Amino acid sequence: MAATRLAVACVLPAATLVACGPGSASYTVSVDGSSTVYPITEAMAEEFGIAATEKVNVTIATSGTGGGFKAFCAGERDISNASRHIKESEIELCKKNGIEYVEFNIAIDGLTVVVNPANTFVECLTVAELERIWKPGSTLSRWSEVRAEWPNEPIKLYGAGTNSGTFDYFTEAIMGRVGAIRDDFSASEDDNVLVQGVEGDRNALGFFGYAYYAENTTRLKSVAVDPGTGCVQPTPESIQAGTYAPLARPLLIYVSRESMKRSVVRDFVRFYLEHSLEYVPETGYIALGADVYEQHLKTLAVFDSTAVATSAAP
Amino acid sequence: MTEPVKDAVAVPAAPTPRTNGRPATQFVRPTFAGLQRPSNGSINADESNSAPHPAAQRDPSRFAPRVAQRRFIASAFAALCLVATLIGVVVLAALLIDIFRDGASRLSWSMITGFPSRFADRAGIGPALAGSAWVLALTALFAFPLGVGTAIWLEEYAPNNRWRRLIEMNIANLAGVPSIVYGILGLALFVRVMSLGRSLMAAALTLALLILPVIIIASQEAIKAVPRTIRLGAYALGATRWETIKHQILPVALPGIMTGTILALSRAIGEAAPVILVGALGFVAFIPTNPSDQYTVLPFQIFNWVSRPQTAFHEVAAAASIVLLALLLSMSAIAIWLRNKYTRRS
Repeated sequence: MAATRLAVACVLPAATLVACGPGSASYTVSVDGSSTVYPITEAMAEEFGIAATEKVNVTIATSGTGGGFKAFCAGERDISNASRHIKESEIELCKKNGIEYVEFNIAIDGLTVVVNPANTFVECLTVAELERIWKPGSTLSRWSEVRAEWPNEPIKLYGAGTNSGTFDYFTEAIMGRVGAIRDDFSASEDDNVLVQGVEGDRNALGFFGYAYYAENTTRLKSVAVDPGTGCVQPTPESIQAGTYAPLARPLLIYVSRESMKRSVVRDFVRFYLEHSLEYVPETGYIALGADVYEQHLKTLAVFDSTAVATSAAP
Repeated sequence: MTEPVKDAVAVPAAPTPRTNGRPATQFVRPTFAGLQRPSNGSINADESNSAPHPAAQRDPSRFAPRVAQRRFIASAFAALCLVATLIGVVVLAALLIDIFRDGASRLSWSMITGFPSRFADRAGIGPALAGSAWVLALTALFAFPLGVGTAIWLEEYAPNNRWRRLIEMNIANLAGVPSIVYGILGLALFVRVMSLGRSLMAAALTLALLILPVIIIASQEAIKAVPRTIRLGAYALGATRWETIKHQILPVALPGIMTGTILALSRAIGEAAPVILVGALGFVAFIPTNPSDQYTVLPFQIFNWVSRPQTAFHEVAAAASIVLLALLLSMSAIAIWLRNKYTRRS
């Protein structure tokens, strides 16, 4: 069924000189997905383009993690950027369309809880307190309701919009269920709007990706999070070591096995893994340990040899 | 007998009441009795013996000139209109000043022709500008013939019946549909069903649909404005309908059609929402060379940079906005130039 549709889809454009799906040209790599991972993949694409000796076109779209998987599992993309692991429903979709993939961890992001710098009393929040503030149906509206010793001032909440992976991850990590959140907070898909909101409101409490906090450390104050074992501030070290929990989230890329047959895709992924230690910190995210990338490179090497084997076969 | 009538008419009209040497107090409450009678001096002079002027039917004793109050209202209205104009101008000026303050320093030739980069000081809009130019040209290619053809058919061929009015009403309604809806349509129809993929072609077709209603309505107005006598003259000389359209109607209507088309294209080039849906990309490090290529466009590139955490990218976004504004301004200028050129000739 899927194969027929793909075949039909490819006959028409052939007549109209229009590209069809990924792999239409041997030198293109099409990437879609999370806007959180976008800056990392962009850095890689830029440097890959500079380093390449032959013509390469890497294109990156930002449909969001969910939107990216939709296109990826329809066979329209070589690589999908994701700010969370692939969901059960997306695995099903890929399976249905015969798309197999390889998952690579490429960085970590620490969702950062922030308050206004004028807020002197909030230094640390426990996960339980965050849940009480953000859970669906919560009517908590004053700092004094979080902890009795805090002032009787209103809390203004700022958070990621429902289309972002940030929203999915935060709700799952704090409330235990994706999408479970109170509905009376200021939401935006654009993290800069949230930064401005928290910066301009002394009673604000918000959350977004670490990169947006790292760019605005003078205008925002980060709050340590206590998962029950002590307060931990989000720093590159604590996020990488895994002590900043539960808000540290993996950033990943998914590569289609079909696309891996093309050397340009393998070259790009290899470049990606070899240069993550160098370029990931530049983008405001936290790189993984060198051993992780080495392990991934070994996985990739297997594809190199199988590709050579199949192309050598008559 | 007729004297008071003349004076009474003069009081509200003249800036200063003519007193004719009489005490001014007499004119504060003039009697309008004379108006009801046909007489040479009255305002009814032209239609003597006919029904009195409606104004005269009001109770004459209730008329009060209140000159100062009415003049105040008159100038207050003028002031309100001025304020309405200024609000628009001031907001626009503030926006322009803000954009120029942020972006002017980043504006350079290497920024206009360069490729996107993760370093704001190296980032350029080359592919976005080329993408916008491609989309613009292709959109014009699709939308202009379709739009003008529709307008000609509706104005010159279609019988003036219910169906034509229904079509016209639908076109007018389509002009008000939010652009994102065209994006959804384009994604389903061009990207998926016609499997054009996320190509320049799909974007141009989507934008062509978006601006078609505007082009049709502008062209219809331009064709309507061609005097009927020209058509009748051509028919009287034995010209066919096509000859009349080709040699008489289109040359006269063309400036109006061009203006409408270029303004519609200006809208298309400034749209971000529908092109995001039909597949404009965030990162494109090559110049598209044919209609099946993937692409990005200026408004989306600006949107992409504005949502970055680094303020340096917001400055590049402002610089790109200046380029987009310049592009839009030059398109408007072309519209005005074309109109003037053809208007003078015809």
